[in-house]
Amino acid sequence: MIFEVFRQEKKGQAFAHAGSIEAPDAAFADAWAREQYGRRGESAALWLVPRDAVHQVNDWADEFDLKYRRVDGYSIKGRLKEARERASSTAPVDR
Amino acid sequence: MSANAAREQEFLEYVQSGGQVESTDWLPADYRQKLIKFIEMHANSELMGVLPEREWILKAPTLQRKLALTAKVQDEVGHAQLIYRVAEDLGKPRDEMFADLLSGKAKFHNVFHYPTKTWGDVGVIAWLVDAAAIISQKALLKCSYAPYARIMKKICWEESFHILHGRDVVLAMMTGTPEQQELVQEAVNRWWGPLMQFHGNPIAREEDPMYLWRIKSQGNEEARQQFLEGYVPQIWELGLTVPDSNLGRGDDGVWVYSEPDWAELKSVVTGHGPRSQERLDFRRRFLEQEKWVRDSLVAA
Repeated sequence: MIFEVFRQEKKGQAFAHAGSIEAPDAAFADAWAREQYGRRGESAALWLVPRDAVHQVNDWADEFDLKYRRVDGYSIKGRLKEARERASSTAPVDR
Repeated sequence: MSANAAREQEFLEYVQSGGQVESTDWLPADYRQKLIKFIEMHANSELMGVLPEREWILKAPTLQRKLALTAKVQDEVGHAQLIYRVAEDLGKPRDEMFADLLSGKAKFHNVFHYPTKTWGDVGVIAWLVDAAAIISQKALLKCSYAPYARIMKKICWEESFHILHGRDVVLAMMTGTPEQQELVQEAVNRWWGPLMQFHGNPIAREEDPMYLWRIKSQGNEEARQQFLEGYVPQIWELGLTVPDSNLGRGDDGVWVYSEPDWAELKSVVTGHGPRSQERLDFRRRFLEQEKWVRDSLVAA
């Protein structure tokens, strides 16, 4: 059985993929991962995930449809210029 | 251009611009084959590389040295396990890799085919052989194959302890008796040839398929120059000499040296080194002897 190993270097940090190990069961994987990724105290915690349990998503639908959700979906340069010009060519609003 | 060739070209441009790929991505057949060959040799070298040092665990001069050497052997066998795992994911079963190593079909690094004559050799191996190795390994941190690059982080981190341990062993001897200093000098004399061969022939990096695919990020000669620049001054400052009268640093910063013995390198890595067969026999014996452990774990 293959387990993917995710390692957290310090408490509070994100777990990052570190490698994988092959072990017959979770108990063996536990002992094996402690030796490989923890024997010098270099990890705060480990996640051992059976490879089959990882559901990967890496196919992304048409991203243009989602542009309005992001900063690069907005080009305000032209409009801003126009708005500034209009503001300076008309008389100040009496406040 | 066929659709596959176009796809391969796109892949090549992607990795050459610094892109990295995962095991689940589409990989060109040639890339996969080169990767397996490279990674398998690296794993074999970690596995075989512990044997020259293992012989000295019982003979090490102090308890602390025995413990440090044991830790190093454990680290390196651990590296072999991690690296074999990456190669397995690329499609070559571990049993097949062991079979190819034992039959001589797959290679391991030249420096692990030589005897460890004295405690001076242990120090020089741990210091200079590991230094040469870490230069190659650091260049793999940017490998286009991301799973390999990720485990190299852990491996390089542990190797830095190995170099320091080796330097400490050498410094203890160089601050000791004249006999101890002589042991170090003799070891440097023995290891210089293999060290200069270690990074391989000076093939231009553009012609090196491992560089083309960005499996490694530097050429052989760049690695050797980095080794000379970093370590020759460290050797000299201890009052040791390097057995090459042509060795020197040019005004342009490029080191000149006598042509390494490439015929020796070829002969050694094809299994004709002074300890090649003895060490492979050792592996054969243990692989057979401990088969029941592997079988019972898998059956558990």
